[in-house]
Amino acid sequence: MSDSDTSASGSNDGGDRPEHDSTVELLWRRREFLQTSLSGAIAAAVVNSADASEKNSSLKSSSSNQRTFLLRVNGKPHQLTAEPRVTLLDALRERLDLTGTKKGCDRGQCGACTVLINGRRINSCLTLAVMHEDDDIVTIEGLAQNNQLHPLQRAFVEYDALQCGYCTPGQICSGVAAINELRGGAISQATPDVRNATVEITSAEIRERMSGNICRCGAYTNIVAAIEAALNVSSAG
Amino acid sequence: MQDFRYQRVNSIEDAIHALQQQPAAKFIGGGTNLLDLMKGDVEKPDYLIDITRLPLAQIRVDDNGLLIGALMRNSDVANHAHVRKHYPLLAQALVAGASPQLRNMATAGGNLLQRTRCGYFYDTAYAQCNKRLPGSGCAARAGIAHNHAIFGASEHCIAINPSDMSVALVALDASVRVQGPQGQRVIPLADFFRLPGETPHIDTNLQRDELIVAVELPPARYAQHSHYLKIRERSSYAFALVSVAAALDISGDKINDARIALGGVAHKPWRLNALEDALRGNTLSVLNDDALIALAVRDAQPSPQNAYKISLVRTATRRALAIAGAVT
Repeated sequence: MSDSDTSASGSNDGGDRPEHDSTVELLWRRREFLQTSLSGAIAAAVVNSADASEKNSSLKSSSSNQRTFLLRVNGKPHQLTAEPRVTLLDALRERLDLTGTKKGCDRGQCGACTVLINGRRINSCLTLAVMHEDDDIVTIEGLAQNNQLHPLQRAFVEYDALQCGYCTPGQICSGVAAINELRGGAISQATPDVRNATVEITSAEIRERMSGNICRCGAYTNIVAAIEAALNVSSAG
Repeated sequence: MQDFRYQRVNSIEDAIHALQQQPAAKFIGGGTNLLDLMKGDVEKPDYLIDITRLPLAQIRVDDNGLLIGALMRNSDVANHAHVRKHYPLLAQALVAGASPQLRNMATAGGNLLQRTRCGYFYDTAYAQCNKRLPGSGCAARAGIAHNHAIFGASEHCIAINPSDMSVALVALDASVRVQGPQGQRVIPLADFFRLPGETPHIDTNLQRDELIVAVELPPARYAQHSHYLKIRERSSYAFALVSVAAALDISGDKINDARIALGGVAHKPWRLNALEDALRGNTLSVLNDDALIALAVRDAQPSPQNAYKISLVRTATRRALAIAGAVT
């Protein structure tokens, strides 16, 4: 999972692992401990040189090409200074610390990075952050409202629609949009006759519409069940 | 990804001007293919011109037919009420391609310009690819080529065009409207795509300083009898091994006209003119005539690895025509 989009070193440390992993937490604590307690000069030298090289590299990598722009994520504006090559996915994870959105393939093939732009699902790995200045971006962190999980988040818990959880934020963002698309009468490959103005909600439709999200654990059956449940529970979007 | 400079433009004229100022620049719209290729160092533009704010994201219906703005997203074209009702072949082809997320990003113009999915083109570890490095050779010829061309290939390139949308558009006699410094011109889609020949690095006849502004379709004639059939290694979210866009104009049991194009078999959508001619004026019963359907593969030149596509094309064409011709 190399990260060619960001120049900051060590940007991937632990960031791609499930947050609830206690081993990771311990490792982090241990790292912090080592960094702060190693005896004086050596530690300071190491830290300083790391700082220096990072600064140099960011200077070398055409700081003149950095752009400052605004990203509106989950209702909050964030000012960002980044090279244009930074993808929306990397901006969310590495700059805004919104690590709920996952980096799977980073090439638009797995759906782990799915977020909502102006209500529509997209792969955040295949778009540039700088291109989304005027957009409303919603990530998995923004789905809950007033401390209440989104109905699809609740359904994923209830129907055990995950195993390792890595694809789950993408599955849920994708599912939220899929539900809206289905309710809006959008067609899919599973639609028997695209000329009809309405689309029947079937499990074949749900499966086809979720085909852009890969689950290596194979939780598909329960993912479909969760989406069906969410479709039935709330009639409002 | 190699660093690049970025400019956002607000008018078509500014877009073309920016392209003239920056010889190595590329336009970016949906970005789904370009950024993927840039991540793999296959494309290395030093300048990107963001055209997503241009006023080209609309559909217009008039007596001349349908005009699809180049920046219409694939999902919006597929779900446009007029497209669904009058050009269902196009709607079907669009939703057969990619994933919902990608269809929400990819534009009509960008879809026409997407590059081949040949693994040797994508993988820079291979020194040979005439499409990536003109004159370097073709690694696919001696490599894994089970999903490569059976029509119109050259010794320099056996890659295929991966688009579904373009297959339906070629069957529906679409044209591409482009704008350059001298103004606009319209290119029949069939002449827009190129065969590889000795210059496989040039996919289309779009000129260096031109921008696609629209796709144009003649008035709908095939809404009652058309079908897009896509055969692939899994049932969704995969590129075609073979696809068929079939459209018939029928009265009673007589075939007045036919339009058939294949995907996944050539460097461009492959129109089956000979089969169309054979069907025209015939009765629907000829759709069961295997000897006639075999015209679909008359010009095929398969390799041992992709000879399976011969029978696949025959059966898929027969099936697509049968579904399209079903009297409902």
